[in-house]
Formats: sequence, C-alpha cells, structure tokens
Amino acid sequence: MNDLFINVTPLSLILEPLTHEFMRRALIVSALVGGVCGLLSCYMTLKGWALMGDAVSHAVMPGVVVAYALGIPFSIGAFVFGVGSVALIGFIKQKSRIKEDTVIGLVFTGFFALGLVLVSKIKSNIDLMHILFGSPLGISSSDVQQTLIILAVVVAILLFFRRDLMLYCFDATHARSIGINTGMLHYLLLSVLSLAAVAGLQTVGIILVVAMLITPGATAYLLTDRFDRMTYLAIISSVTSSIIGVYISYWSDIETGGSIVLVQTIIFLFAFLFAPRYGILKSHGSTHL
Amino acid sequence: MKNSLNSHTRGELLGIEAHEVCVDYNGTVALYDASLQLKAGSICGLVGMNGAGKSTFFKALMGFIRPSTGTIRINGSSVSKAQRDQIVAYVPQNEGIDCSFPVSVWDVVMMGRYGSMNFLRIPRESDRQAVWHALERVELLELRSRPIGALSGGQRKRAFLARAIAQRASVLLLDEPFSGVDVRTEKLMSELFLQFRNESRTILISTHDLSHVRDFCDLVVLINKTVLAYGETSEIFTKENLTMTFGGMPPDLLSGATSSEDYFQ
Repeated sequence: MNDLFINVTPLSLILEPLTHEFMRRALIVSALVGGVCGLLSCYMTLKGWALMGDAVSHAVMPGVVVAYALGIPFSIGAFVFGVGSVALIGFIKQKSRIKEDTVIGLVFTGFFALGLVLVSKIKSNIDLMHILFGSPLGISSSDVQQTLIILAVVVAILLFFRRDLMLYCFDATHARSIGINTGMLHYLLLSVLSLAAVAGLQTVGIILVVAMLITPGATAYLLTDRFDRMTYLAIISSVTSSIIGVYISYWSDIETGGSIVLVQTIIFLFAFLFAPRYGILKSHGSTHL
Repeated sequence: MKNSLNSHTRGELLGIEAHEVCVDYNGTVALYDASLQLKAGSICGLVGMNGAGKSTFFKALMGFIRPSTGTIRINGSSVSKAQRDQIVAYVPQNEGIDCSFPVSVWDVVMMGRYGSMNFLRIPRESDRQAVWHALERVELLELRSRPIGALSGGQRKRAFLARAIAQRASVLLLDEPFSGVDVRTEKLMSELFLQFRNESRTILISTHDLSHVRDFCDLVVLINKTVLAYGETSEIFTKENLTMTFGGMPPDLLSGATSSEDYFQ
C-alpha cells in the first residue's frame, strides 16, 4: 500500500493505468466516442436539437434490449427505435393539436419506459446499470468492435455531407431552393444521431449521452465564429473530457460516465466565464475585427 | 384589369408565369385561381396583407409546394427544372436568419455556389471569383471575413443579395427587403435592382411597405388569396384596388404614411 504512494509521480499517474488492457480499451473507446459525438454536437446545437437528442438517446433503449434478446447487433435495434421514435413524434404532432415539445417528451419517456419493462421481463444477461450509466471500463471486445464500426459510419456520413448539413442547419430554405434534398438531410442527421447515441451509450450510458451530443458543441460555440473552427474545438474539448474523465474515474474510483460528463461541464463553465468574446467575464472593448 | 399586361408581354420572354394556380394545405385554401405573367427584366412588388398568400406564392415558385391545380412556369420551364438549374434565389427577411450562426460573410455568399459545386462542395477558382465579384457589387468586400452576426441589418441584407448574385439566379424573390435597412443599403439596392432589370433578371418583392413599392417597382401584383390585379404600378396603385387588397381600409398613398401598417393602428 505504501509503495503505491511513494512511487506516484505525474508520469506514473498517466502511465500506470495503461498497463491494464481494460484501461487502454476504455481510453481508446471513450476518446473516439467523444470525438465523434463532439463533431455531431456542433450540428445538434446549431440546429437546436438538444431536446431531440435527449429524446432519441432515450428512445433507443428498447431497441438495445430487443437486439440483445434476439442476438442481433444492438446498433440495428437502436437505429430502428431511434428513427422510429422521431417518425412517431412527427406523426403525432401532425395529427394532433399537441405542441411539439410535449410530443417529444411524451414519446421518449414512453419508449424509455418500454425499455425498462423489457429489461425486467426478458431473461438475458443485460445489465441495466450498464445501459443506463455506461461502463467503458468493462466494455467487451465485441462491443468495442461494434462501436468502432458505428463511429466509422457516423464520421464518414458527417464528413461527406458536412457542407450540406451546415447549410441545412443555417438556411434550409436556401438549401431547398437550389435543389438540395433537405428531407433526406433531415433523416440523415436523425439516423446519425441514433447511431451516435448507441455509441455514446457505451461510455456514459443512455441517461447522460445527450451531454456528449450538446455540451462540446455549446462550449465551442462560445469560443469561435467559424464553423470549421467550432468543429475542431468541439472535438478537442470532447476527446480531452473523455480521457481526463476516464483517468479520474480510475484513480478516484468514481463512476466513469458521470466523471466524463462532469469534466465536459467544467470545461463549458470555463468557456462560459472566460471565452474571449462571448464569456461573461470578457475583457471590455473586444470587437469583431 | 387582370390581363392588362398581355399587350406588354406578347413576344417577350416571360420571367414568371402562373396560370390558374390553386394551393391548399390539408383542405385550407391559401391561394386560388391565381394567374399572372411577369416579363423577364422587371421589378415587381407583391403586395398583400399577412396571410394573403404572399409566402405561399413564393413557396410555389421555389417548388416547396405543388399547386393542386394550375401551372407555374419560370423562364419558360417547369418549377422543378428551374430548381435544378438554380434559377430562383430567395433573399430571406432579416428575422428569418440565425444571426449567431458561426459563418462569415464570405461563407454565406459561397452558399450561393453550392448548387454548382461537386458533391463535397469544394470551391473552385471560378466559385471564389463569383463570390468576390458578388461581394464587390454589394460593397461588402472589406467585411468579407466578419461573422454574419457582426453586420448591421442593411449589411446583412446585402450579403444575402450577394448570395443570390453569386448563384447567378435570374429570378430573385425578396421577402420584406426594406425593413430595417439603412439609407446607404436602400440606395445601393435601388441601383442593383435597376442593374438586375438590365440583366433581364426578374425581381419579385414581397412587402406591405407601399411607399417603397411606389418608388422601386415598375410592376405591382396585388394579392388576397388570389391575384386581385397586376400591371404597371402607376395604373394599379389606385385607391379602390388598395382598398380591395387591404380589406376595406383604404391606404392613402399621398398622406406620407410609410406602410400599410400605419393604417391599422
């Protein structure tokens, strides 16, 4: 016990955890999930889809449970339920007089409740806590594989369509008037959101995944007026939060998902206070030149 | 009254042609039996109250909604072909833009080129030249790297006009272009509109600002769920026509009031 404290140096704080296979795996997965969710979070915050992100991430829950029970990849189940929930939201909104935010709240809690019921009823080795709160330190190698595939698909789509998606978020009317298929972009962004929600579920769990999908974007938004720079900053802050969060979780034996999201929130608060132009403590007389 | 333009337009290229257009949203009629012909190279005011169908007509011209009956032709071709060829550009009103979006003036004008770029939207030299040239015309070249949110209302309006120029659109739909603009922008816009007319572009200005229509537009279209009247501004801007358009409240153009809104207070 004493040896541990004697030998602790800043470098060993970083290197010692890397001797464990599970920690290397957790760091890589968390950093990659963080980076991809960070990129997506720019579109979510600019499009004003925070509530939609929350809804979709909760709505994937029954999909994950059903997929596990059927032995198919959980990403497929999550995808079906994620996109299905959005379609249902659109349908109810169109066919009733209920306001959209009410419909969103109603549908995602309904789906989430269905997921909870299914978990308790379907005999399987699904750990509810794993789904709700994530457990990157205990992630299996098949889950790692699947998560990496999901992330690759999401990144490919986001990079391929990044200009069109940016235009869609900024001025959908113009996009449509020059013949860009905005309906397709809408569903593309929703699909990517569903996939990212399943990936994020691995690291921070369903309940906190929405933080991965909005906080880095919100932080970056306070720091720049350029879209490209915003994506870089969001990715950097998100990856950094994931890595620091996993380390803190390891050394102080705290819950990993909470640790990652808390670091993200602290970085956001720093931006909120000290951002050069948009921080509340910004130096006076800053201009747009 | 409705067909007063036929004599002028015969033998000339038609910029916008609508024939008995009806639009309904799930059974609610937004526009019925709307017909008009506007020759290319005209500056035309589209005047009507809120809910009179101005934005519905714009949406039909942009191909966002399909008329339940009737036809629309733009520069002689169908709306969907016009859309593919990026013939129609929409210049939004300032309230319709997210001013805090992290894009520069240059980025916004470059969006006018997206339709002509390849799939990844990587600008070529010709795209950059088109953007540069458009920014020059609206006198925003020095402000090109500013974020869009740092511009004044008038400058922002000019940035979106530049986007339409960069798009090389020949039909421009402008939504309340005169609201919240400074004197310099207004002067520049009037010069640009005259240049556009000489370039045979068709400019359709949706507004309820009557004094600007009188000063800027050669033609005017009065609508209230249908085309009530259209033609030369001087002929159409009569007290009875405007009374009909604004539902019994006769706006007096000579009283110096600046917009129809003044009559409803």
